[in-house]
Amino acid sequence: MKSKKTILGASAVALLLVGAVSGCTASSEEATSVNSEAEQKTIKVSYLVNDGFKQLDDLFNKVKPEFEEKNPGVVVELDPITGTDSDYTTKLSLMHQDPSTQPDVFYQDSFLVRSDVAAGYLLNLDQYVSEWDEWDMFDEGAKGAGQDASGSVYAISMGTDSRGIYYNKPVLEEAGIDLPWQPENWDELMADVRQIKESTGEIAFNTYSGNGAGEGAVMQGFFMFLYGTGEDPLFDNASGKWVIGSQGFRDSLAAYETLFQEELAAPVEEAADGNMWQKVLGPWIKDGTVAATIDGSWVPRMWGSAGGDFEWPEYEDEIGVAYMPSQDGGSKVTLSGGWTLALGSETEHPEEAFAFLTEALNYENALKFYVDNAQIAVRSDVAQDEAYQSANKFVPFFTDLVSSTNFRPATEDYPRISIAVQQATDDIMFGNKTVEEAAAAYDQAVIDIVGEENVIRK
Amino acid sequence: MISTRNLKRRLPILPSFLMLALFMAGPIVWALYISLTNTSLTGTAAQDSQFIGLDNYLTMLGDPDFPNAVWLTVVFVVGSAIIGQNTLGLFLAIGFRSASKAIKKTTSALVMAAWMLPEIVVAFAAYVFFNTDGTLNQILLSLGVDPIAWLFEAPMLAIVLANIWRGTAFSLLVYMAALDDVPEEITEAARIDGASSSQHLFLVTLPIIKNSINTNLMLITLQTLSVFTLVYTMTRGGPSGKSTTLPVFAYDQAFRVADIGYGAAISVVMILIGVIFSVIYLRLLRSEGDKNE
Repeated sequence: MKSKKTILGASAVALLLVGAVSGCTASSEEATSVNSEAEQKTIKVSYLVNDGFKQLDDLFNKVKPEFEEKNPGVVVELDPITGTDSDYTTKLSLMHQDPSTQPDVFYQDSFLVRSDVAAGYLLNLDQYVSEWDEWDMFDEGAKGAGQDASGSVYAISMGTDSRGIYYNKPVLEEAGIDLPWQPENWDELMADVRQIKESTGEIAFNTYSGNGAGEGAVMQGFFMFLYGTGEDPLFDNASGKWVIGSQGFRDSLAAYETLFQEELAAPVEEAADGNMWQKVLGPWIKDGTVAATIDGSWVPRMWGSAGGDFEWPEYEDEIGVAYMPSQDGGSKVTLSGGWTLALGSETEHPEEAFAFLTEALNYENALKFYVDNAQIAVRSDVAQDEAYQSANKFVPFFTDLVSSTNFRPATEDYPRISIAVQQATDDIMFGNKTVEEAAAAYDQAVIDIVGEENVIRK
Repeated sequence: MISTRNLKRRLPILPSFLMLALFMAGPIVWALYISLTNTSLTGTAAQDSQFIGLDNYLTMLGDPDFPNAVWLTVVFVVGSAIIGQNTLGLFLAIGFRSASKAIKKTTSALVMAAWMLPEIVVAFAAYVFFNTDGTLNQILLSLGVDPIAWLFEAPMLAIVLANIWRGTAFSLLVYMAALDDVPEEITEAARIDGASSSQHLFLVTLPIIKNSINTNLMLITLQTLSVFTLVYTMTRGGPSGKSTTLPVFAYDQAFRVADIGYGAAISVVMILIGVIFSVIYLRLLRSEGDKNE
């Protein structure tokens, strides 16, 4: 009996093991046989979708059937990823960890290009763009957004953006501000904002802040102040070193401190929520709860898209725009970013993946995306198109701002530096640290990230 | 002969041993290894990570956010598991012995619902309940109390209460089973001797079910130590780190800051804390067992 039991036990183990092993081989055989039988090539396209951003999903759903018809045997598998920008970034980084999950084509924020190239996630596109006749249509700034330090191309720009101040005209008028509103320096800005606060008692001036807002806290927030304090306030281009200990950084933090302590900005419990932009651009700017807000050139796409959650056709009459002034006046402050399309470094079908990319960015589709998504054109031919120029009322204003724009430092360390800046705004917003303490903590964080030899005191 | 026989006897546990090694020990060893490197989600270190020894652990010692996360984890475990779920589960189980069927049924349905629902659903329900425009504030408003931004003003209280709701069913079931083992004669004898109900509880019931209490405490402590979804969904560890327990802290460092190595080091420390708790509870269990023998 005993020996029988042992045999039973042993064979059960053996069966289990054999089962597991054969299970593995069977599934992989299956996968290859499906591929070879149909002789199909599948291209996985991963991109971001959320409440405020459905335009790319629209575009890809239009491109997919067109591309598949032109390229028989190639199947496009759309993989929309729902979430915030930072959720998307995390998920994408994890997908890059294994060739079986890495997308063939993906939507990529330009500020992550350099660090993801260093991580080996992006395919070098030099050979492909050299054979692409439409590549010359892209302007130099846009080409630079997808290059590494040596000038090799890794990502193709889908458009750029700029940032300014949107304000509710009736609310400012009520507060006794002369329209069109344009503060010329920080003092004027603060004086006007206090006057608005007196009048409405609500949020007079919104700037994004804190860890919850992520990259938005620096792009549509802190950097709009910092880049108005002098040349190269974050990264010294001449020496290639990160700036620490600067007066401009402390002044910008002090401006934040004033805005939050005097309750000119949003209440902290709202500002700490990474989804506050949905309220700001939804109900608040319409009903005057927010009188003015820093935001990006893409915002009109949300108000203008019929049937969307943010639809507000009256915005063209109700909203005015102003540029962000520099600290002492005399220049316009804005920042540009933008998103790109890139190919996964391990893609098995680079030719087809690149063909999909060029299809999505051809004249017709680029125009559609620029218009739907309120992007600033990076294709010089499309920029001349009447449909682009009249896409929304503010296109000329924001396009003009690009001439005085700043780009984030294109280094692989930037994403982590940005987190340190977000932390500084978070500490100021909550009143956890004084300006001096937050600036000192930032300086230390920068040294920890890039090393003592890569910082410069200003 | 005996050793061969023993070997044969132990053969059937080989698969489970292999499974445990693969799925339990494997990830732990891997986390330990990663925590000694500068592995990152992006940048050069993602492709070519370096062995950096104990640097991540030294960073942790100097990181003011780390003791904060440890403290909040202790508050969370003690508040929601050891005090909340455990005590509530015990009293519900005792109450159920004398409650009417209707009360017993409705109460246990309410308690069990939170246990049966997926954690993410419970987390969203709790988020909506505690939200500034949420159910709790609507109720308060109808009673004439000004609404409070719970998740902002008292994030720890909110997640502790949510976790009590989520996990009490487990303790309830453990104690219902344990109380069934309390012999009827002893209860009766105590009653005849004139024991008050609190005397009965502390001098009769609790000593008899002591082993169940220890086992229950160990299980819910370990479960609560690793709660992530509930906290992350409700507060994301905020505002400004005020509800960042260790799992959320590890996630933030690994996936938001992209520093996988540091995140792994925090996970290893979490494992150590779990081991310490387990050893304490196991000791308690063992000494109790010895006495019985």
